[in-house]
Amino acid sequence: MGISESFFAQKFGITAHDLENYLGEALSRGGDYADLYFEYLVTTSISMDESIVKSATQGATLGVGVRVLSGERTGYAYCDNLSPERIRHAARVAACIASGPASTEKIGFTEADKRDLYPVLSAPADAPLAARVQLVARADAAARAYDSRVFQVQAVYADTLKHVLVATSDGAVTFDRQPMARLSVFVLAREGQSTPQRGHAGGGGRVSLDFFDLEKTPEYFAREAARQAIVQLSAIPAPSGEQTVVLGHGWPGILLHEAVGHGLEADFNRKGVSAFSGRVGQSVASPLVTVVDDGTMPSRRGSLNVDDEGATTRANVLIENGVLRGYLHDKLSSRILNTPATGNGRRENYQNIPMPRMTNTFMLAGESDPEEVIRSVDKGIYCVNFGGGQVDITSGNFVFSATESYLIEGGRLTTPLRGATLIGNGPEALKYVSMVGNDLALDEGVGICGKEGQSVPVGVGIPTIRIDRMTVGGTAG
Amino acid sequence: MSSKTQLSPAHGAIGLEEIAQRVVEMSRRAGATGVECTVSEGDEFEVNVRLGEVETLKESGSSGAGVRVLFGQNTGSSYTSDLTAEGLDEMVRRAVELAKITTEDPYAGLPDAAELGFLECDLELYSPDIEFLETPSKIAMAQQAERAAMAMDPRINNSEGASFGSTLSRHAFANSLGFSGSYQSSSCSLSAVPVAKDGDRMERDYWFTLARSARELEDPEYVGRKAAERVLRRLGARKVETQKAPVIFEPRMAKSLLSHVFEAANGDSIYRHASFLEGKLGERVAAESVTIIDDATLPRLFGSSPFDDEGVPSRRTVVVEKGILRSYLLNSYTARKLGMKTTGNASRGITGNASIGHGNLFLENGTDSVADLFKRVGRGLFVTELMGFGVNVVTGDYSRGASGLWIENGELAYPVSEVTIAGTLQQMLLGLEGIANDLEFRGSVASPTVLIGEMTISGR
Repeated sequence: MGISESFFAQKFGITAHDLENYLGEALSRGGDYADLYFEYLVTTSISMDESIVKSATQGATLGVGVRVLSGERTGYAYCDNLSPERIRHAARVAACIASGPASTEKIGFTEADKRDLYPVLSAPADAPLAARVQLVARADAAARAYDSRVFQVQAVYADTLKHVLVATSDGAVTFDRQPMARLSVFVLAREGQSTPQRGHAGGGGRVSLDFFDLEKTPEYFAREAARQAIVQLSAIPAPSGEQTVVLGHGWPGILLHEAVGHGLEADFNRKGVSAFSGRVGQSVASPLVTVVDDGTMPSRRGSLNVDDEGATTRANVLIENGVLRGYLHDKLSSRILNTPATGNGRRENYQNIPMPRMTNTFMLAGESDPEEVIRSVDKGIYCVNFGGGQVDITSGNFVFSATESYLIEGGRLTTPLRGATLIGNGPEALKYVSMVGNDLALDEGVGICGKEGQSVPVGVGIPTIRIDRMTVGGTAG
Repeated sequence: MSSKTQLSPAHGAIGLEEIAQRVVEMSRRAGATGVECTVSEGDEFEVNVRLGEVETLKESGSSGAGVRVLFGQNTGSSYTSDLTAEGLDEMVRRAVELAKITTEDPYAGLPDAAELGFLECDLELYSPDIEFLETPSKIAMAQQAERAAMAMDPRINNSEGASFGSTLSRHAFANSLGFSGSYQSSSCSLSAVPVAKDGDRMERDYWFTLARSARELEDPEYVGRKAAERVLRRLGARKVETQKAPVIFEPRMAKSLLSHVFEAANGDSIYRHASFLEGKLGERVAAESVTIIDDATLPRLFGSSPFDDEGVPSRRTVVVEKGILRSYLLNSYTARKLGMKTTGNASRGITGNASIGHGNLFLENGTDSVADLFKRVGRGLFVTELMGFGVNVVTGDYSRGASGLWIENGELAYPVSEVTIAGTLQQMLLGLEGIANDLEFRGSVASPTVLIGEMTISGR
């Protein structure tokens, strides 16, 4: 498919000549490199609350961001209107980061090889509204039917369809159509007049609406949310202090995202402000630990055919058998460090400068039977669900908050525990991983990662693992 | 570089009001029985310098409109970034279409006409001087702040940079009951993030200043020095033993406690039974010295506005008075659900059903100095940073990552990191044994330094 068949040519009449013209303007003060990011985004969200469809919202936004690189400097401007004058104006503003005679850019564009990691013929955004309303109605009914102690249910369905076009001054052009859908269910349960407890589950990905019929149904997410809330009704305070911790598989992979993922983003490392800076080749985890960031997993929430700078995504090994192998790069860091692109340049939308970000980050499976991992612990905690996490890149300290966990006593799961935050230090925490299960799973597709005010969808995954020592922030002795 | 922040020539705030009114009219013609429309427009400038050099410079503007339509008790919403006639038409068409798939909600609606209006006084939310600030002087301020930080101590040998940012925004709202209003606001900020190293451990910290007018920003040198002092005192941090001990929150951290109170006093949480404050009106929920106020009428502050996002005038609401819960914070929907009156706290981005926001939310000053609080505890944790999301306002359970300084013999003794503090919000509010007299606004939530009698600290 050439530029003339692309979405932006068809819908807005953008031509290769226009792109050359705007890039020429962007380099009119002598920048080293310039790119254009066109984005058209349609969003829909439908929410059922108290068993009625209380809100339904749709929106459409359109814009283009112009970036100019000059050495380590970045100039950026955007406009929310595709009129040639406005784009040229934005290009001239971004151009001012450089100060010199105009650079000459290549004439003509080459398209990158095309892949299709999300071959969704009919995007959820194009499905009938009634079919999407059905999803929240089914979730509501299933959560209420799960247990009579469930008394509040909120089900939210949201989808987006994003069309992007990236054109660069080194003559590359890429376009992509990026569908996404997600269903989330929030439940409150109580026993008589007891304090209510909450449960949350959800998922989706770059999928068609069929996903919610054929793979993960609204009933599945609803029952899972209800189950968590019911479990919490009998929870006791979590222990405090250093404990042996077993993480269940799937979403607890948020540990990797916080403990190592952010610290390996190349912007922090090229500046030397990450706790992992200068540690490539060093041991930063137990030899059982191999961590990969892979943007190429079909239909996954964190996957992209091309990143938001037009680079093809890849699987990148971050930690191999405990040894730090490399960082996640965007265009700027790979230019400055003269390193191959890793396909991790991402941005929230056309109003934002791209930066190195994770895609789907997970630990490879080991050899232990997950049951055996739990049996190996005499006294500790087993965490299967988490809320959010956070990391201080520079000190390496990170937290993540367990929302469903259990005491392990004598190798057996006993009592459910109330929510507690776990804290550790990135380059140290994974050295205490002593068992890795053979049950790698990725999360269901709910992750949103925030960095410097920009949110992007991501995936995480992990097998069941045992960590011999981690600080648990409960209130019990 | 153009020498001042770009103002889009298309429309002033009056132009935005006309667009909002036009959308209301278009929706009525399409059959809507109630309509609310928000139109906003903003310009942003941001420069980040690092190690003395400009690293990123961003300058742009954008606009958007959102509509919410009611057909009887059914609502639909949509938004667009395209303010042309076709863009607005398409937006209205989508909202009308979506109203057909929602369910009748007996509580859906607009505020009563009698509740609508806006503050007549000038809240001084807009200062024109920001428009006339030249780019080189913005860059120079960031450079000065970073330089001041790095000159403080040789252990500060790196930097995440320093930034100057400014925004100008215009906001208009109109509804089908005849309300139409608009306002402009401005803000600028300066921050510095130095990095210090001692042995193989690094730390970073920051300081920032935020104001409506560039004249009111703290001096760049001061911003740099404050950031430097903060990062230096973190060096050499250790974990402490797991124990129960008093905890003092510095203002920057204490305000997060107010955010949790806000979430719990928020009408949405109350009617969904998702708050530990539900049913507690008139009851003691905090120590007697605790008075928490939400006031969106204070000139120049960042939580102020002439009207809320439903067109109800902003006001002052006492949330907690001497430890007694006095009011929830409500918009018209949650007020109808709870059989109460709106407190003028409707908030929405640009579209959808309104949620709840706060104005300037603050804890009233106490009488002690911060040093008095240190002396009173003798021994405990002074928290200067909190991490993570381990707060549950349904149950009140609280568990967050923390770092700060250990207090020994009533004085700061050594830095602490990689610990958690835990308890419940109920116990924390009732156990709020001391409030210092150092309240200042740096954003829309503010608190003096506070002392909580006992929390569980998890460490070694």
